[in-house]
Amino acid sequence: MERRTIFGGWLLPAALVLPQVAVTVVFFLLPAAEAIYSSVTATDAFGLHIRFVAAANFAALFADKGYLGALGRTAVFCALVTALSLVLGLLLAVFADREIRGRTLYRTLLIWPYAVAPAVAAVLWVFMMHPEVGLIGRLLNRAGIDWDYTLNGAQAMALVVVAGAWTQVSYNFVFFLAGLQSIPRAVIEAARIDGARGFRRFRTIVLPLLMPTTLFLLIVNLVYAAFETFGTIMALTRGGPGQATETMVVKVYRDGVINLDLSGSSAQSVILMLLVVGLAALQFRFLGRRTLA
Amino acid sequence: MQRRTLLTGAAALALARPALAAAPPKILFWHAMNGVLGDELNKLIARFNSSQKTVEVVGVFKGGYPETLTAAIAAWRAGQAPHLVQVFDVGTGSMVAAGKAVKDLWQLVRETGAPIRPANYIASVRGYYSLPDGKMASMPFNSSTAVMWYNQDAFEKAGLDPAKPPATWPEVVAAASQIALKQAAKYAITTSWPTWIHFEQFAAIHNLPYATASDGFKGLDARLLIDHPAFVANLQRLLDMAKAGTFKYAGRDNLPDPLFYSGQAAITFNSSAARGALVKSAKFRFAEAYLPYDPQVIKKPTNSIIGGASLWTMTAPRRTHAEYKAVAAFLRFLGEPQQDAEWAAATGYVPVTFAGAALLKKRGFFEKNPGTELPIFQLERLPVTDNSRGIRLGNMAQLRVIIEEEWEKALGGQQNAKQALTAAVERGNAVLRNFERSMAG
Repeated sequence: MERRTIFGGWLLPAALVLPQVAVTVVFFLLPAAEAIYSSVTATDAFGLHIRFVAAANFAALFADKGYLGALGRTAVFCALVTALSLVLGLLLAVFADREIRGRTLYRTLLIWPYAVAPAVAAVLWVFMMHPEVGLIGRLLNRAGIDWDYTLNGAQAMALVVVAGAWTQVSYNFVFFLAGLQSIPRAVIEAARIDGARGFRRFRTIVLPLLMPTTLFLLIVNLVYAAFETFGTIMALTRGGPGQATETMVVKVYRDGVINLDLSGSSAQSVILMLLVVGLAALQFRFLGRRTLA
Repeated sequence: MQRRTLLTGAAALALARPALAAAPPKILFWHAMNGVLGDELNKLIARFNSSQKTVEVVGVFKGGYPETLTAAIAAWRAGQAPHLVQVFDVGTGSMVAAGKAVKDLWQLVRETGAPIRPANYIASVRGYYSLPDGKMASMPFNSSTAVMWYNQDAFEKAGLDPAKPPATWPEVVAAASQIALKQAAKYAITTSWPTWIHFEQFAAIHNLPYATASDGFKGLDARLLIDHPAFVANLQRLLDMAKAGTFKYAGRDNLPDPLFYSGQAAITFNSSAARGALVKSAKFRFAEAYLPYDPQVIKKPTNSIIGGASLWTMTAPRRTHAEYKAVAAFLRFLGEPQQDAEWAAATGYVPVTFAGAALLKKRGFFEKNPGTELPIFQLERLPVTDNSRGIRLGNMAQLRVIIEEEWEKALGGQQNAKQALTAAVERGNAVLRNFERSMAG
């Protein structure tokens, strides 16, 4: 049953929609247009010399080993963060879905990390993992493991992946738990009567029924890993050591804001924008408009 | 609601207009000084404002150096640039190339007749902020240079003479092994500002070109020259020491500061302006020494270069002659010996004028604070050459990071010094060409 409100004229509906449209125009369409414009021009920071260069900025990017490196690094980073946070989120949700004492408490505690700001979370990780001041970092070194993420690229990557995934686990947990609870008990009971036990029941019944949730979370997590981990990475490693943790957003910021290369940075933003548009298209294609969002 | 506010605002503005015209011109000054430095700067501004009735300077803290520069550029593009902005040393190349966005100091002086004379400034400060023809582009302000700081208690514990710091790199290496052997400190050596000190300063005191075209002063087509064997040998030495456990690379910029402040490192390389923090927090005897040199490259080191920031006058549509005059008045005030001396004494920066330094000497400041004159001596070593005037390259902040990134990769065992610097030159030149291209057309 569809419910519709019928407006007499077009003035009131237009007025009601206007704020949202205005926000979209000011905060999305105009900056995006500006980025596209800068990406096809060559300009100095002050905008004194502006020349149209067509796709030269993009060509330069794809000829740049540094950029291709960032592209590959971002792919690896996003895949790891997404996989880690999805698996942990699902695991925790499955356990919290059981009839155990104090499960409300567990559930609440598991949601908490999501409320921690990225910079604050990063500081917590520093206090744990820093080779000089970190609790665990010092223990590792004392145990003879050469732990120093400020110099070892692989360790730095591992650290930002774990720190990035950590807050996202809570988010996934909430959605997986909701997904689990929406699976009709009758289906589970029927499977149980048919003799499907434990993991088999999970794999053949629960997991397929969770698929829409999983697909939705997959997209959301990929976008999260690509964009929102910026704060975590900047606070933990600033993209270093070397360029070991410099993902695409970090590079956009560094090239645009620090290095004042607006054209190159804009071209990178446009590429990022296309990637997100692609992901969003995938989401609509596979999930239709009836997603949990 | 919003429209009403706007209307009221417009009405108020219209009413206030005559009053505004009568008020002294307000000079907007964006800076990056906070903490102790911010307090001292505010004192200077307050003293200027109360010293006369015709100009009012309003200082605004805009964040770190990069944020301040980015904000000023964005403001200029929107026609809202502040009158004055503090730009760090590595932003100088971008500002010199900023054309009509800035009014060079010599231009401001010519238009307003303000008595700001380049000859008042010590050569290495003047040179850093001058154009190739010797005209000053910006107003020197907070300047420091790099020195070697050492923990005298740790030296004593290691059986080294705390009054006689090592002067050359071989001596530094020997002292480091001694410190490690006697376990006088957790780390023998560390360094802050890796690129600034071990490449830019290293080039200056060894009279080595950092880039072609007189370190970039003479043109935008400069190419990096830091793959010269002297730089390779110096980096390899640091890498070898890191491997031997006598050198600790603890990050970029000022991140490694705490290692020395807390007494964990016996020797560090840092800005001479670290003195303020050391006086406040060090629980050991410390002293500063000249940057060590490599006797195989040079027998008598040349002057070091400065770091810090200078003040740039920015343009904006409809900015009046009276406003520029006001800016010039404030700059003239800052350059007076009294202000220069007090700013230096309170912050640990070096006095930038001869008269300021002389005033400090007259007041006995250098005697009461042994070592504080050393950075000035190091800066005043003559003659200033094409290689020790400063470095004037576009996107220098990016160049610094590139060198640090390659250095870090070498520390991670992925490459040796030669490979690291070959890569840094290649990547750095790409950045320079990019900058050159953005200035064309």
